[in-house]
Amino acid sequence: MEWVSAIIQGILLGGLYALFAVGLSLVFGTMRLTNLAHGDLTVLSTYVALIIVGSGAVRFNPLYSIPIVMVIMWVLGYALQRGLLNFIVQKGDVQGVIVTFGISIVIMNALQEAFTPNSQRLPVGELESRSITISDQLAIGWLPLIIFILAVVVIAVLQLFMNQTKMGRAFRAVSDDQEAARLMGINTKHIWAVAMGVALLIGAIGGVMMGIRTTFHPMLGSDRLIFAFEAVIIGGMGSSWGTLLGGVILGVAQLLGSFAFGPAWATLCGHVVFVVILALRPQGLLAKTVTA
Amino acid sequence: MKTPGTTVTKDGRRHSVSVASKANLIILGFGIAVLIILVIFPFFGSTEWTRRLVDFFCYLALAELWNLMLGYAGLISVGQQGFIGIGAYTLWLFSDIVGINPLVSVVFAAVGGAIIALPAAALVFKLRGGYLAIGTWVIAEILRLIVSNIKRAGGGSGINITATSQMVQSLGPDAWYSRVYWWALAGAFIAIVVTYLLLRSRTGLALKAIRDNDLAAESCGVNLWRTKLYTYIIAGAGCALVGAIQAMYTLRVHPGSAFSVNWTAYLIFIVVIGGIGTIEGPIIGTVVFYVLRETTSQWGTWYFIALGLLAIVVTVWSPAGVYGWIIKKTNFMLFPLQRKLRLADGEGPPAEVAAGGPDEAAV
Repeated sequence: MEWVSAIIQGILLGGLYALFAVGLSLVFGTMRLTNLAHGDLTVLSTYVALIIVGSGAVRFNPLYSIPIVMVIMWVLGYALQRGLLNFIVQKGDVQGVIVTFGISIVIMNALQEAFTPNSQRLPVGELESRSITISDQLAIGWLPLIIFILAVVVIAVLQLFMNQTKMGRAFRAVSDDQEAARLMGINTKHIWAVAMGVALLIGAIGGVMMGIRTTFHPMLGSDRLIFAFEAVIIGGMGSSWGTLLGGVILGVAQLLGSFAFGPAWATLCGHVVFVVILALRPQGLLAKTVTA
Repeated sequence: MKTPGTTVTKDGRRHSVSVASKANLIILGFGIAVLIILVIFPFFGSTEWTRRLVDFFCYLALAELWNLMLGYAGLISVGQQGFIGIGAYTLWLFSDIVGINPLVSVVFAAVGGAIIALPAAALVFKLRGGYLAIGTWVIAEILRLIVSNIKRAGGGSGINITATSQMVQSLGPDAWYSRVYWWALAGAFIAIVVTYLLLRSRTGLALKAIRDNDLAAESCGVNLWRTKLYTYIIAGAGCALVGAIQAMYTLRVHPGSAFSVNWTAYLIFIVVIGGIGTIEGPIIGTVVFYVLRETTSQWGTWYFIALGLLAIVVTVWSPAGVYGWIIKKTNFMLFPLQRKLRLADGEGPPAEVAAGGPDEAAV
């Protein structure tokens, strides 16, 4: 029964990875920018939650800090895009990679400077340990379940936003042909900034939830970026539900690997599954677009 | 350095095409002199400076190779630390387990890097642009995790390379570090010469075409995949070579430092500051990086923040780097790659007309 438990935990963990991956994918989709700082920006959102929860006379539940963190990260994303990244979006992959890698280094080291490299966590009290008991060996934690449901809701809302709203239509127009979109009167610079804001806002949900679920430290950014990237590639670029599927496959691979070979092998097993899928089906499982 | 004869065009104007200028020949002589001094440096220089220069040459070699990939083949790798780590551990494998002299094992490390580069390329080349970059990072992480899980190799805490420690004892530290120094100098020299010769060759033309527009290059018959593969393998072998030299220098291997992504941070900084897509840029960049490191690295995290910020600022506002600025002002290249057109009679543009050099599209 333990392996069933590992699979279920893996599926739920996949929801968390999807929350990181959706933002990476959204930014790439709208402006062809690979944001290497995405992981570190989600870590930053976890620390923003830590500040909110830890400051002030009233210590409140970190779950309630999520909306505030989302707003802060949206504003930060918008400002970052308009103030810096818009200058390099059109200049090609090299500039994008170098600048976002630079941002990643700056955020990671600034967080170390401000909060020490030590592990911290966001305590939510009782909820952490509560679970639904199915049988003696099988129990599903409430917290991972909530995170997974949140991921599903976020992706569904994002889909609705992209397909039903005027802004969503502008997103898709800019993504397909930004010159043509501009001719139709769309302010691409604004759209890109909103897209970056939305990406960080979704990443903030993941970041805070991860901070509640496990301990965190400033150096986690690269792992989060890599897991998000793997989820996107496994699922297929441009497909939101594919990204969720990719996250789930990655999560299951990691936890089954951990169950079979020990915790030290978890991440490696995830990478191996990624490599196999990249080798056999480079366009991903639910690909919408073929080109990268 | 050939000086081709003057040819006459249809309209009767005489012109000649040259690669090197007279100044380049003078500098070549000067360069050979510098090289000779560097080769004999351990005999008269202090041990401290010999050791420092080992680091300098290692970074220079890495930066040249990274620049070859990025500036010419358009391959953005943030995973060269994977090859550096493989080089370090291959050195340990061959000198401690197989029992070959570490100074010879370095060669095996380079071969090991090239061998790893082949399947890695097959995987990451399925991705493009920025996603290719993360792909190379994943490869580096996979290599790190595999190595950290090998108990024989010391696992996550690393292991001392006994053979190198024995050599330090038998030869004495001065003689040992002189040998490491020569390897590092050779590494940097090989990296620059290979890059230069490669760029002057037919493959070099293909690389420059890819750099400017890969789609157009492909439609002109450039085998994109093969050209990129060669570059990736050369860079992989070179990085592994440097990894092995670093291991001889530190006398131990540790997965956390050999496979550290900080290597990439340094490389990005060096190449961006110096100038992407030039051979000279990384030399300037390495000097700047080295001075900065020697003066401010004790500030720890602030030092990294400064590196990151500088790389961002230069990329956004001065993408050609220091050397790009020098070319723009003087049109002089230390390692001439451009073909310059000279009109013999006073007609037409008197100035040298440059073609095929670093231009806006390159950066």
